[in-house]
Amino acid sequence: MVGGIAISHLGKRFKNPQGEDITALSDISLNIRPGSFVSLIGPSGCGKSTLLRIIAGLEHAEEGEITLDGAPIAGPGCDRGFMFQSHMLFKWMTIYDNVAFGLRARGLYREQAGRVDEMLGIVGLKGFEKHYPHQLSGGMCQRASLARALVGHPKVLLLDEPLGALDAFTRMNIQDEIARIWKEQSMTMVMVTHDVDEAIYMSDSIVVMTPRPGRIKQILDLSDLPRPHARSGDDFLRCRAKVLRILDYGGKIQKPEYAI
Amino acid sequence: MPHSYLKHAVLPLLVVLATLGIALWLPDSAEHPAAQHPYFVFTALGVLAAMLAFSIAGMSFPPLGEAFARKAPFYAGVLSLFCLYNILTAKTALLPVLYFPSPDNIFGVFFEDMPFLLKCLAYSLRLLVLGWIGGIIAGFLTGVAVGFNRHVRYWVLPWVRILGPIPATAWIPIVLVCFPSVVSASAFLIGLAVWFPTTVLTASGIANIEKAYFEAAATLGASKSYTIRKVGIPAAMPHMFLGLFNGTCASFLTLVTAEMLGAKYGIGWYINWQKEMMAYPNVYAGLMVMSLSCFALLTLLFRVRNKVLVWQKGVIQW
Ligand SMILES: Nc1ncnc2c1ncn2[C@@H]1O[C@H](COP(=O)(O)OP(=O)(O)O)[C@@H](O)[C@H]1O
Ligand SMILES: [Mg+2]
Repeated sequence: MVGGIAISHLGKRFKNPQGEDITALSDISLNIRPGSFVSLIGPSGCGKSTLLRIIAGLEHAEEGEITLDGAPIAGPGCDRGFMFQSHMLFKWMTIYDNVAFGLRARGLYREQAGRVDEMLGIVGLKGFEKHYPHQLSGGMCQRASLARALVGHPKVLLLDEPLGALDAFTRMNIQDEIARIWKEQSMTMVMVTHDVDEAIYMSDSIVVMTPRPGRIKQILDLSDLPRPHARSGDDFLRCRAKVLRILDYGGKIQKPEYAI
Repeated sequence: MPHSYLKHAVLPLLVVLATLGIALWLPDSAEHPAAQHPYFVFTALGVLAAMLAFSIAGMSFPPLGEAFARKAPFYAGVLSLFCLYNILTAKTALLPVLYFPSPDNIFGVFFEDMPFLLKCLAYSLRLLVLGWIGGIIAGFLTGVAVGFNRHVRYWVLPWVRILGPIPATAWIPIVLVCFPSVVSASAFLIGLAVWFPTTVLTASGIANIEKAYFEAAATLGASKSYTIRKVGIPAAMPHMFLGLFNGTCASFLTLVTAEMLGAKYGIGWYINWQKEMMAYPNVYAGLMVMSLSCFALLTLLFRVRNKVLVWQKGVIQW
């Protein structure tokens, strides 16, 4: 199986508007097994998106090493699909053309045109091929965005809070779809989320991060829980309590900003 | 209700009839030179015939009827303005006779001088289209190059900023020396006027594209040139059309001035020439041809834009 990511002693700094260095990530080491589902969770500003973007090749880390199946990651590439928080569909293209974009860009459309219809079917957007993004709901746009990211058979799918802006039911539906796709297409998925329930429901392992500077606080292994995971029940509640305890939200709410 | 739009046609019809009545039965003031024929009455009769034709055609073809019903009140308003003008000039000579000729004389120009007006229009259109097409191609290329290439931005953008804001017509003294013929000089000036806003708005459109679009394209395996063609340029289209619109308006302005450089024919030249001959009816007729042509061109531009930008929600209407 392919899609294994090895990260060792990764560090990333940004300059803030005043020109001072801020450390977004510090000494991140993480091994992501091929075909696993990993969630990155933690309070806002702890560097989850930055880490995901480094895996995607959209940011470059000054320190440490990062490899995909042994080869260093130097820039973005079609072996790693990316799903943005806001769907980022090309609004001047129809849903069909959006999904077909990756194939056309790589000159594979002629051979694999059927793949576009297949993906549209998988995410339940049959019949919306000719629509423009502004004609669809937020959930449908995220589905299209998922199809677009998957059309070229990436080894890894990176998801940056893709469901954060959706209502609870749409969210659960798409979670199920992503889980199904993950199982059927046997690819590695790394998802950023701030939703503990989502992380537990979807993941083999949960990477809990803390801010200032962004570090990994603990990695929770859920791979011995029976699949599919439940959204409730003893195992779920135990995990939930554990994650919240790691994040220091086990007891009373300590930071008002996080009390949504 | 099958023909409910008919009631919208009543008001314009009444206005046409009133206009006709006043034109025919109110005595003319003696101060205006008499036209060869009552051309204003001819025109009003033509309008009446057109309205009746639309009303009748609308009965069997509802979309046409509805479009007519929507526009009819406006046309009635325009017509009553003409009627008022007729009273102020031909009937009472309240406005200075020399500068405000009677509608009979103005519309007479269309009946008597139409071939020549059309010839002038054709010459102007040739000049406009030559300059305009050159200007948008140059503007588009400059804008895209400035928008996507660091080096071009560094070396070229300052020149665009320094030279662009100069009104195209200020270059006349230099352009006249540099170009072999008046036509090429005029076309160049028009092109220059179109080039600047097209360049600036194309470049700024590209600069304002959300970075994540390019990132999405990169993670899907698109090359730089594919991304420019399929992501950068379409995303900047709304801005580009704004530049095109500004440029087109500037091109009309430049056209009129450019035609003073010694053109043989042209609608701007015609207006200017007739003004010098103190032939004000012809000036007004020329103005009407000019405004209708500019209106038609801009409408065409907006039609094209609406086609190209169907993906945009709530586009600005023209
Ligand atoms: N492009 C950038 N320029 C400057 N600072 C950035 C940039 N991207 C992220 N940061 C900073 O890095 C830190 C981590 O950001 P991010 O990875 O977005 O956190 P998260 O996704 O966990 O909320 C934050 O302090 C943020 O302000
Ligand atoms: Mg984030």
